[in-house]
Amino acid sequence: MKIPMTRSAGLAIAGIVAVGIIYACAGQRTATTNLVTGDAASKVYVAPGSYDEYYAFMSGGYSGQVSVYGLPSGRLLKLVPVFSQFAEDGYGYDAETKPLLETTYGFIPWDDSHHPELSMTDGVPDGRWLFINANNTPRIARIDLTRFETDEIIQIPNSAGGHASPFTTPNTKYVVSATRFSVPIPNTDVAIDSYKKNFKGTLSFITADQPGKMDIAFQILMPGYNYDLGHAGKGPSDGWFFFTSYNSEQANTKLEENASQNDKDYIAAVNYKRAEECVAQGQAKATTTEYYHNYVDPGSRQAKSEKKTSVKIVDPANCAGVVYYLPTPKSPHGVDVDPTGEYIVAGGKLATVIPVHSFTKLQKAIADKAFDKTVDGIPVLKYDAVMAGEVQKPGLGPLHTEFDGKGYAYTSMFISSEVVKWKLGTWEVVDRAPTYYSIGHLMIPGGDSKHPWGKYLVAMNKITKDRYLPTGPEMAQSAQLFDISGDKMKLLLDFPTIGEPHYAQALPASLIKDKQVKFHKLSENTSPWMTKSEADGGITRNGKHIDIKMIAIRSHFAPDNIEGVQVGDTVNFHVTNIEQDWDILHGFAVLGAQTSELILQPGETRTLTWIPKGPGVYPFYCTDFCSALHQEMQGYIRVSPAGSSVKLMANVSKKTQAQLAEAKKEK
Amino acid sequence: MSRLPRMLFLIAAGLLLVANQLPLWRVSLVAPQYPEGLGMVIDAHTVRGATENDLGNINKLNHYIGMKAIEPSEIPELRVMPWLIAGLALFAAGVALIGKRPVAIAWLASFAALGLVGMWDFWKWEYAYGHDLDYAHAIIKVPGMTYQPPLIGSKQLLNFTATSWPASGTFVLALAFVLGAVALFLKRKHRAVTRTNAAPAARQSQVVLA
Repeated sequence: MKIPMTRSAGLAIAGIVAVGIIYACAGQRTATTNLVTGDAASKVYVAPGSYDEYYAFMSGGYSGQVSVYGLPSGRLLKLVPVFSQFAEDGYGYDAETKPLLETTYGFIPWDDSHHPELSMTDGVPDGRWLFINANNTPRIARIDLTRFETDEIIQIPNSAGGHASPFTTPNTKYVVSATRFSVPIPNTDVAIDSYKKNFKGTLSFITADQPGKMDIAFQILMPGYNYDLGHAGKGPSDGWFFFTSYNSEQANTKLEENASQNDKDYIAAVNYKRAEECVAQGQAKATTTEYYHNYVDPGSRQAKSEKKTSVKIVDPANCAGVVYYLPTPKSPHGVDVDPTGEYIVAGGKLATVIPVHSFTKLQKAIADKAFDKTVDGIPVLKYDAVMAGEVQKPGLGPLHTEFDGKGYAYTSMFISSEVVKWKLGTWEVVDRAPTYYSIGHLMIPGGDSKHPWGKYLVAMNKITKDRYLPTGPEMAQSAQLFDISGDKMKLLLDFPTIGEPHYAQALPASLIKDKQVKFHKLSENTSPWMTKSEADGGITRNGKHIDIKMIAIRSHFAPDNIEGVQVGDTVNFHVTNIEQDWDILHGFAVLGAQTSELILQPGETRTLTWIPKGPGVYPFYCTDFCSALHQEMQGYIRVSPAGSSVKLMANVSKKTQAQLAEAKKEK
Repeated sequence: MSRLPRMLFLIAAGLLLVANQLPLWRVSLVAPQYPEGLGMVIDAHTVRGATENDLGNINKLNHYIGMKAIEPSEIPELRVMPWLIAGLALFAAGVALIGKRPVAIAWLASFAALGLVGMWDFWKWEYAYGHDLDYAHAIIKVPGMTYQPPLIGSKQLLNFTATSWPASGTFVLALAFVLGAVALFLKRKHRAVTRTNAAPAARQSQVVLA
């Protein structure tokens, strides 16, 4: 949410005094004193050895990763690397995971991850996968929730700024990605001020229910606005998708001002079943383009990259009824569909109301052709014909709304820095709670699904300032946990987060905790570089390319003395952790390697590539404290000058030598 | 022997065959870093981990103290034991068929003898694994320390608490033995009745017992 945040932040700074005074006078804000009351501590205390009730998956924002927290304790459980290299475990450095970060622009070590989205069955999170988008170089990743690992990444072609992503349809048939930045499609060298003529947006629908087989089903070509966020319809609105857009002014410079002119921008209501029909009837145009699809092979645990070259594009001008625009005040950001699927709530970040559209009225307006005008073949419906109601005086800077499943909606207010609780249907504000400071997204477990678990709400704040012990100019961003089980929201806990916790999703721990993989079965490891036992290790030379097959087990490597390598060689250490026990990991690092370590889960094979720069003897060692003799888990590799006569040699352990000798005798 | 004691021997034969398929003994190991525990199960025909990789993981840990790897194929008794138990079952069926008291006593005696020898042999293996350590290659050497797990009960072995208990198969074997003993006891009671009462009464009592 970088741009909206900057925009809103700018507005906040500019208007903070005036706004503060107006709102204080209007008496709409509760005092900003610390509101923790009663037994908050006992409500978030998870005793040693006990488990949290929920897993919360928070995006890392500009860290590019996902962090996993327990709720209600706010304890960090895990960092899952997704779009950024992660030297801590070798993700994006070792040969096995590097292909995941491959794109048409080459290998990319970083991205900006915004919206985690859980896979769903019948509109409810099912705990199979977590999807998350890359904003900068548009991509969507799939994380497997039995291993908490990134398994698949698909690049989105004809797109720039994959922000409205990867929201899921009720049965995870599709995840979507819309362009935050319109660009020439296909991207070509044109004058920037030819924006109105040449720049377009796309809405991409990506098949998502088959692991390892994500693909772009189709893209819908849209007018050149900024597409911001989206949510699928559900129940009666199943089959529809809603995307917010701003910059209907089509400004290409100083958007802060130039894209804030119109009173209303649009929510695009997309009938994706209709799009499927148009594709089936051959009305979509097969367009040449390039994008990467990267996925992990489950047996070898090696990522593979494949380049795809074509995508089907649906033009609304040739597929009547596929998209309608709902006028929505003003520069709308979030678009959230309530659990019944009837109400479509917009967060007009510069609006003074929260507008709510009705799906029933939308269908009637389409039937009655209640159109204002048509933009590039897209009918614009009349605001009054689709509007269900407006929440009056909600606060300032409404961004996002989630639901508790008990008839209430909770909207984050960036500028007035609060969560506002209001009632669906009557549109009256029933409670407010201040946030510290400037809340972006908020999250209720299952709060954008058909059946929210409406017990907790997490506010994800953009500004931290004085909430924790100061740590220099940059502070960790802050999340706040509220108890929403009663009539009034109760603040329970503040906790610092990783990167920018942009959005989050959560589900009951019981849905996934008993499905966790504890180790990879060595018998199912199909890596060509797998070493099954100590006796199978060794070294081979192929020109200037050396492959060393090695095992790691408590508390040694085999082989652990290697000779015959020469300056100018490229050395691949293929290390297999042959342990078959939960949480018994080994690491591997070699002196002077210009890459990260390897971290080896039990039963897996990983590869570290090392180009020794000069002759000498280089130690390698285990980096993950594995056992009482961890400090003894080491070895040496000798590097000789180019052309040296030192023979290629890789020893094996004494025990293995004994075994080998015995095996020979028996034969 | 009358019908009831014979039936009991037949049941004992069946129980022996069932016990052949059940775990006879269980050794569990719990340590601070193994809260979920590791376990070893002894069947008539093999030694295995309580879960898929437990035996492998126990052997990996044991290499630190120089203990020999536990390999079921290296324990010849495991190849004999199922046949001995099956033999006892056949013997019990024979007792039921022949119905002679001395044969029944012979069965009980051989069962008891095999049981005692079995326990002694098990203890001997535990002793061997616990004492016959490869000091030349052992990584952890604690002077005076041996690692014999208990036959029954719990014992602290470095960071592990080893607990050893008979498992279902042993209880089924014990039940088979008890049934045999009861069968003999019934016979004796019947004899007592015959001695003190007239023959028709004895016949009557026999009918009652049957």
